[in-house]
Amino acid sequence: MTDRSQSCGGSCGCKPEAETVDESRRGFLAGAAAAGATVLAPGVTLYAYGTAEAAAAGADPKKRWGLLIDVSKCVEGCTGCVTACQTENGWKTTGKPATDPQWIRKVTLRDPKSGATRSAPVMCQHCAEPPCADVCPTGASFKRADGIVLVDRHRCIGCRYCMMACPYKARSFVHEALEDQKPHAPRGMGTVEGCTLCVHRVDKGVAPACVEACAQTAGAIMFGDIADPKSEISKVIATYATMQIRGDLGVDPGVRYRNL
Amino acid sequence: MANVVYTECRGGQRFWTLFAGLVVLVMIGAVSALYMEHEGHIVTGMSNEIVWGLPHVFAVFLIVIASGVLNIASLGSVFGEMHYKPKARLSGVLAITFLVGGLAILVLDLGRPDRLTVAMTNYNFRSIFAWNVILYSGFIGVVIAYLVVQMTKAWVKFTPYVGLAAFLWRLTLTTGTGSIFGFLMARSPYASAVLAPLFIAMSLAYGLAVFILIRLALETSASRALGEELLQRLMRLLVIFIGSVLYFSGVFHFTSIYTAWRVDWEAYLLLDGGLYSLLFWGVYVLVGTLIPMAMLYGRTGVTRQREILATVMVLLGGFAHIYVIIIGGQAYPLKLFPGYEVTSSFNDGVVARYVPSLPELGLGLGGAALALAMAMMAMRLFRLLPKGNGESYGTAP
Repeated sequence: MTDRSQSCGGSCGCKPEAETVDESRRGFLAGAAAAGATVLAPGVTLYAYGTAEAAAAGADPKKRWGLLIDVSKCVEGCTGCVTACQTENGWKTTGKPATDPQWIRKVTLRDPKSGATRSAPVMCQHCAEPPCADVCPTGASFKRADGIVLVDRHRCIGCRYCMMACPYKARSFVHEALEDQKPHAPRGMGTVEGCTLCVHRVDKGVAPACVEACAQTAGAIMFGDIADPKSEISKVIATYATMQIRGDLGVDPGVRYRNL
Repeated sequence: MANVVYTECRGGQRFWTLFAGLVVLVMIGAVSALYMEHEGHIVTGMSNEIVWGLPHVFAVFLIVIASGVLNIASLGSVFGEMHYKPKARLSGVLAITFLVGGLAILVLDLGRPDRLTVAMTNYNFRSIFAWNVILYSGFIGVVIAYLVVQMTKAWVKFTPYVGLAAFLWRLTLTTGTGSIFGFLMARSPYASAVLAPLFIAMSLAYGLAVFILIRLALETSASRALGEELLQRLMRLLVIFIGSVLYFSGVFHFTSIYTAWRVDWEAYLLLDGGLYSLLFWGVYVLVGTLIPMAMLYGRTGVTRQREILATVMVLLGGFAHIYVIIIGGQAYPLKLFPGYEVTSSFNDGVVARYVPSLPELGLGLGGAALALAMAMMAMRLFRLLPKGNGESYGTAP
């Protein structure tokens, strides 16, 4: 079979062979190339952005920061931990729960058989094997050496795949423009965010804001190094039965729940 | 040994009118994207629960079509079906333009589309998304090479090899697209390896349907006639392909029903899902599969109008199917505490609500229009279409 590119003489609306050198086509191609270059040029502007590696520098790989939440102490209706997180990190609700940021939320559980209810805060579970970091195409979602899972806001492209992958609904997408941001908690429209375990405080040796706030009321949240068997949190975990939310998934959350 | 004579389309008034209409749609898509980027996704129907909305349905639909439409070319150069060989150039061009249309939607729906360079320079190789970036761009490169060897007399002998590479690439690409959802282990509506072959079957069916419709649209010029026998072959192939989609969809749902932690989702989707149940049973299964099968089953008495209608219905059903998979799958609540009734300020335990906004529709339609407009421009500029009856040609190279 021989392929032969030629014209039908224009009888069907095609260009005749005699017009093989098609000036209009050449002109169009040149114009299209110029237009394409004009459109693409701004897109290839290089960005100076911080990296996840830089953000994680200084984290101690011997530590694994985690939380232990005693559900029996958590008071139903109390949102002290949520308010403290909002104040510390500068996020707020606007009455639109589906699009508002939800770094931490209070969940009420009801056993349909007994009618018993429980209340507990849910936030990023700072998994040892975080699905959000696995699926993130750019590596913006990452886990520090000390187990804190973060988003590099300079590298996040806003694809939201991490939100699809997170088993805990722990991540929020910034849907609208922001004001009054905290310098230690940079946020940006079009990027994904979530609980940072108050990494800026932890790096200074201070407990996360939710832990501090809860300590003043119910004392239901304990913070510490779960990799250190001598830490208070590890001793409680070793003494009492605790559980991880969706522990069956094998992602090994750093947040544990007691009396659930 | 017959010659195949390829020619460009000059077009005419109808051609340019249609092209102008598509350009208007592309502009609407561009304005929608700018509006979304300026105001944020707050102007869309998407939320922290339905994180991927109507634009993703359009994008996945176009990307699935892109890989499937290449099959016409593969039938000629990989499987030696000589009748399809003259369609290979158009098939390859459509594969590229539909992929570009789909990717344009995906990129413009990003929270930060301006950071595209970040996505292209930072790869997390554990992410199937990152792999897809490579698979998509590589696909365009392979198909361009496929077109070049077909259209360059001295390189025609390489066509079977490049064609095979393109065929294998497209299978891998669609496996990657299905795996975007299949790898979501925490979500009961997804988390299944069956999604990869299901997406491949969808690509075969919906890619072929798009090819048939575009080819029939080109038939308006007498010299671009599509052979009746060839059309009947394509229609029979379409019936087989939509049957295979139904088969894999059935396997997907039956295995889910068999899995204890996913049975709630299946009960919701198949019985209590309201709009999603209606879209699945009514639009996908009935309108998009069973009725077209019945319409095309007989070998006699199938009119051209019936063929066109059945093909349009297949595409309608396919779009509904992808809508159910993407939107319905996200709407169903994540189960953090199995066995408990859960309430919270973040709608835990509640089916998420989603109403697509006009900018989302504009962006989706703009991407589809971009695919078609680029295809028309390619037909105007390059010799893609065989002159005369497209059936009476010699052997594949």
